[in-house]
This record gives sequence, C-alpha cells and structure tokens, in this order.
Amino acid sequence: MSTLSSNIRKHWQLYVFLLPALAYFVIFHYIPIYGAQIAFKHYSAVKGIWGSEWIGFDHFERFFNSYYFWLLLKNTLQINVYQLALFPVSIIVALSIHEVTRARFKRFVQLVTYAPHFISVVVISGMILVFLDPSTGIVNTIIRALGGEPVSFITEPGWFKSIYVLSGEWQNLGWGAIIYLAALAGINPELHEAAQIDGASRWHRIFHINLPGIMPTIIILFILNLGSFMNVGFEKIYLLQNPLNMEASEVIQTHVYRSGLLQAQYSYTAAIGLFNNLINFAILLTFNRLARRSGNSLW
Amino acid sequence: MIKQAFEDRMFQTFNHGFLLAITLLVLYPLVYIVSASLSDPTYVNSGQMWLWPKGFTLEGYERVFANRDIWTGYMNSAIYTVAGVLINLAVTLPCAYALSRRGLPGRKAVTLIIVFTMFFSGGLIPTYLLVKSLGLVNTYWALLLPSAATAINIIVSRTFFQSNISREMEEAASMDGCSDFRMFAVIILPLSKALIAVMALFYGVGHWNQYFGALIYLSDRDLYPLQLFLREILVQQEIASQMLMNGGDIELLMSEQTRITELIKYAVMIVAALPLIVVYPFVQKHFVQGVMIGSLKE
Repeated sequence: MSTLSSNIRKHWQLYVFLLPALAYFVIFHYIPIYGAQIAFKHYSAVKGIWGSEWIGFDHFERFFNSYYFWLLLKNTLQINVYQLALFPVSIIVALSIHEVTRARFKRFVQLVTYAPHFISVVVISGMILVFLDPSTGIVNTIIRALGGEPVSFITEPGWFKSIYVLSGEWQNLGWGAIIYLAALAGINPELHEAAQIDGASRWHRIFHINLPGIMPTIIILFILNLGSFMNVGFEKIYLLQNPLNMEASEVIQTHVYRSGLLQAQYSYTAAIGLFNNLINFAILLTFNRLARRSGNSLW
Repeated sequence: MIKQAFEDRMFQTFNHGFLLAITLLVLYPLVYIVSASLSDPTYVNSGQMWLWPKGFTLEGYERVFANRDIWTGYMNSAIYTVAGVLINLAVTLPCAYALSRRGLPGRKAVTLIIVFTMFFSGGLIPTYLLVKSLGLVNTYWALLLPSAATAINIIVSRTFFQSNISREMEEAASMDGCSDFRMFAVIILPLSKALIAVMALFYGVGHWNQYFGALIYLSDRDLYPLQLFLREILVQQEIASQMLMNGGDIELLMSEQTRITELIKYAVMIVAALPLIVVYPFVQKHFVQGVMIGSLKE
C-alpha cells in the first residue's frame, strides 16, 4: 500500500473542500477557454461549437484588415501607456505617508484617500459627467470665473483619455498605496538607524533604503499591471463613451462588446477577444522573464 | 546635527503639505456631491454653491425615494450581495484551507489551475455563450454563479491559513481522531473571524458595485441591481418620469425639469453609495488588513 494513495484516502474530506472551487473554475473559466476556439470557426448557434465550420484565421485577417483596427489598437495602447505613466503616483504617496509621524494626520489621510476606491464605476462616471457638464458643472463654472470659455469635455475626443486616466488615479492613488505601505513596514529599521548615524538625510534614506526595499513589490505589481495591459478597465470607458468622443474612446474590449453581444457577431469578436488575451499573456511572459533576471518575478 | 534637525523639519513641512494637498483634492469632490444633493439647484448650477449646502432642500432625496425602481434596485442588490457573499465564502474558504495543508497530494497542481485563470481567460464572448447555454441568462443565478470565487481571494485566504493556523494544533486534533470536516468547522473557522470579515467585505463590495454582469445577462427589469438603474439615471440621462412629477400627475415645467434633474442625480449618487459610506469608517482597517495579508503571499 503506497503512501501516496493512503495519504489521499486519509484526507478525502479535504478534496471535498476543493470540489466547489475546482468545479467553478473548470466550468466558468476553462470551458470558455475551450470555447474560444470559435474564433477559428464560423460559429452558428444551431450547429454548436463542434458542428460549426472551420475557417482558420479568416476572422483574424478580417480584424487586422479592418478600417478600425489601427484606431482600436492606438486607443487601447495610448490609454494604457498613459495609465502606466502614472504608476509611480501610488508609490510616492506610500513613501510619503510612511514618513508621517503624527498618527492622527496619518489616519486622516488614509481614511480619505482610501474611500474613493469603494465608489462604484457607475457613480464615478456619474460624478465625472456632472462635474464636467458644460453649463452646470463645477469645472466649467471655475473656468468661467477665471474668464475662460466653457469646454465641453465629454464630447471632445481630445479630452477623453485624460478624463479616463486622471479620474482613475483620483480613485485609486490611496488604495494602491496600501501594498507599498505594507512592504515599507517590512524594511529593517536598523538600516535606517545605521544610515542616520552616518548622517544621511531623509531624502537620501528614502531613495537608498526605502525605494530599494520595496522594489520587489513594485516589480511584481508592475508585471501584474502589464498582464491586463490590453484590457483597459472597459466598464468605465463604456459608460463614458458617446458618439462624439468615439474616435478616442473606442478600444478593443468595447468593440468586442458592441459587435459581439449587441450585434451577435460571436465568432468574429471571440477572435478579437482571443487576440487581446494572447497579447496580454505575451506581454506578461516577456516582462516576467526580464524581471526574473533581476531576481524578482511572479514565477 | 542642527543641520539635520532643520532639514528634517523642512522635510516634514513639505511632506505634510504634499499629503494635505492630495487629501483635499480627493476629499473635495465627495464633499461637493453631498452638499449639492442638499442644495437648491439654482445655486449649484450657477456655481454659487461650491462647498457647503446653500438653499437647503431635501427635495432631491424625496424624489429619489419616490422612485419605485430605486427600491427594486436596492432590494435586488441586497439579495445579490448577501447570497453572493454566502456562496463566495462557501467556495473560497474550504478550498483555501485545503490548499494550505502542506501534505496534500496534488496541492500544487490545483493551485496552478486556479492561479492560471488570473492571467488568461477565454474572453467575454465564450463566457457569455457558456452562461447562456447553462440557461442562466435573465435569472438571479447569472450574477451569483459566474462570480462564485476569485483566484486572488483564494490565494489571500490560503496565505492567512498558512500563517495563522499552527501545525501542532492540527496534528494534535487529528491524533485525537478529529476529522478534517470537524476540524475546519469547529476549530479553524472560529479562529479565522478576521479573514471571514475581510473576505465578506471584499466580495460584498464587489457584488454591490457591479453593473456589467447585470447589463449583459439581465433583460428583466425586476431583476436589475441598483447600479443598472443608476446607470440609466446618471449616464444615460433617463430620469424616470416618475421623479419629475409635481405631486400628482402633472409633469413639471420643462425648466423645472432641467433644474431638478441635476439635483436628483446628486441625491441618487449619495443614496446608492449610502450603505458603503455608513459601513466604511468602521471596516476600513479590515480592508487594509486584507490587502496586507495578500501582500505577504510571496
């Protein structure tokens, strides 16, 4: 009687514990991955996945050759790079909060900056729309008071990306700092004491002790961020889109929703979605490999 | 020495100033919304109200609460949140506990299966087609089953169990003939109240705030969660004609309607966020704990 099988039998109850979760992931995550093969078929609901005819890369070719392909790619990438550029903000906020000695002030800052994270994307979009309203919004009121002309932010394509990214930063700069604060708490205080004895200034200590100390966390979060690179929180984009700003706001995911679910072009948009996910995955793998060389990686 | 003290004070002043500025920047829109929801729209729209309420009025809230859709949405969202969290805990916690038991054969494989889904998915369309083929579309289950658990929460819970449950106690209990089921229910769970609280909160907020699942799977308005009605009012500018009535069946004048529309929007935002606002200060530290647990996973 091998130890392995007796081990399994002894803990059969633990396997029962695993069952619901495994069933969930297999059904709602892996079966769709299997279903993604309709990207290579001409899917018809009547024939089902198996019966539908194989057409290879036709959908992909259609997508790459479409007149909107470059626009979608451009918007998706631009929004992403814009967001990535603001990645350091949470880090700076964390480093800053960490240096605060007054406990009450620290709690106040944290209480306020964590709050927006819990506001739903619908309410955030609602807030954006009322604040930027050309006639009644507070932003234009201020602009008028300063002698300027009101700007119709929501209908101007040029403003869309800034609105999307900056409002996201407003919402998440506090919450995003929590992980870094946890990492900062783990830095050996003796390092700071030794540096202080050597006469190092605060700035010096932040740059040469704190920052390197949380670098593993930064790298891992950065990679995770890249892993959803092409996804670009499209729930908010979808809410803020309108026919007038479409040329700046239409991204790959919103196109998949619109053409796929609303216009029932299932296998075509499944192909686009698959393209999206594969790019994400490729970016993730690439950067993880790069990070592994520096000793800090996801796996 | 003196130089260091001076430099330190300069730094503190600058640091505090920086953080104060950021905090006020975050705080201002929130205060504005609350004030605007309680102010006469004429002052708000002209910009005369910019911080504290002016021309105090509860009319916005009255009209919001008179709207049947809001109540339907509230009730549905409550159902989705409570039922959702119960399902989430039932799926997540046992699985995380099992994965935390070091000797379990196949542990690594199962963990990999779960974690892989964080990085790759079949996409929106295949998932939608699956839910549709399972007959879940336009039922409560469409919002409860496809989100039964998240990989990240399972991992965070597993980390908690690994660092907070002592091996010796487990071994002692099993030597006493305690089954895994009993051990989990009678020993582990009571010790994991903090984790349960954090998971319930994380999952709960997710359920309360979600709109997209409802958007794609539900067509029956009686099943709509609050966020979907909010979307109609705030984003699609479809203020239910109900809310624009003038006590009775006479519709308000057009000019009155435009004036009230914004007021209703501010009020409905507060009403929707109310449960979270009320609960937030008390549970904030639990959330932070949750993130901290997760960050120790490496």
